[in-house]
Amino acid sequence: MDKSNVKGFLEFVYDFYRSMKAHEITLVYEGEITHQITKAFTSLTESNMAKESEANSVQKKVFHVMVECLQNISKHADSFGSDDFLFAGRGIFMVSKGKNDYHVTTGNVIENDKIEELTKMLNQINTLDKEGLKQLYKSQMKEGRLSEKGGAGLGFIDIARKTGNKLEFYFLPIDEGSSFFLLTSSISRNA
Amino acid sequence: MEVIKIKGTDDTPTIILDKNNGIFEISGRSLPEDVSTFYEPILNWLDDYQEEANDKTAFAFKLVYFNTASSKLILDILMKLEEMHESGKEVLIKWFYPEDDEDMEEAGEEYADIVDIPFEQISYTL
Repeated sequence: MDKSNVKGFLEFVYDFYRSMKAHEITLVYEGEITHQITKAFTSLTESNMAKESEANSVQKKVFHVMVECLQNISKHADSFGSDDFLFAGRGIFMVSKGKNDYHVTTGNVIENDKIEELTKMLNQINTLDKEGLKQLYKSQMKEGRLSEKGGAGLGFIDIARKTGNKLEFYFLPIDEGSSFFLLTSSISRNA
Repeated sequence: MEVIKIKGTDDTPTIILDKNNGIFEISGRSLPEDVSTFYEPILNWLDDYQEEANDKTAFAFKLVYFNTASSKLILDILMKLEEMHESGKEVLIKWFYPEDDEDMEEAGEEYADIVDIPFEQISYTL
């Protein structure tokens, strides 16, 4: 980088910082989601919430949602582009804290042929009330075998149950084979 | 029979399976990196125990957190205990939950609905 590029880059860093503040983002990460990362992020967020005397039940919900979201990426994110620089199990992970809610947001690449099934699953979850979600969770746990990757298909249902809110999701096309899958969950701070 | 004693960590539970002293207990937090590998020895142990089970088995769950992947394995454990119960042994599940933790209480109720074993819900203060 020559001098003007350095300045441009540093200005970008400042803009980035300001957008993070504007969107009340307390944690953002892009990269491979490992078990170590999951542990580090959850314990960091836990200790921040404890410091801010967030209600116990809110802390637990945020923890639950974070774990399931992180595990979704690590188990289900598809690879994109050259294997040299982008791999499966990667994605963007964000936690933001507003006046009334926490938001946990994930984004990762998925193959287009999975979109239909995923959309169906998420829409089904969003139509269910508390009791319906409970029944679905129970039947999935009973019937669903653990997939090779260890996912039990229960994560999304659990997020919907713990938050009591609909799952907001969105697919952005990348190319003819893959899309970017975004999912955001909100947890009310008014326990 | 061999005694299983696993000391818990921040992502794996404490587990004690001790036939001679009649202690069967899983407690703490469960979100292991690989749930199947972590719980495999427990399920294998229960298979062996089933062959020579004590007349009475009181199995305690005292978890404060488990992820969805663990929830399936907990059900696998309960189903083994259900088989034992069906084969005529006395089995009791003691499901402990922190008194202010409705989710953990409800999780116990759900398991009690799924498996057909005497199930006792016990609240405690953290």
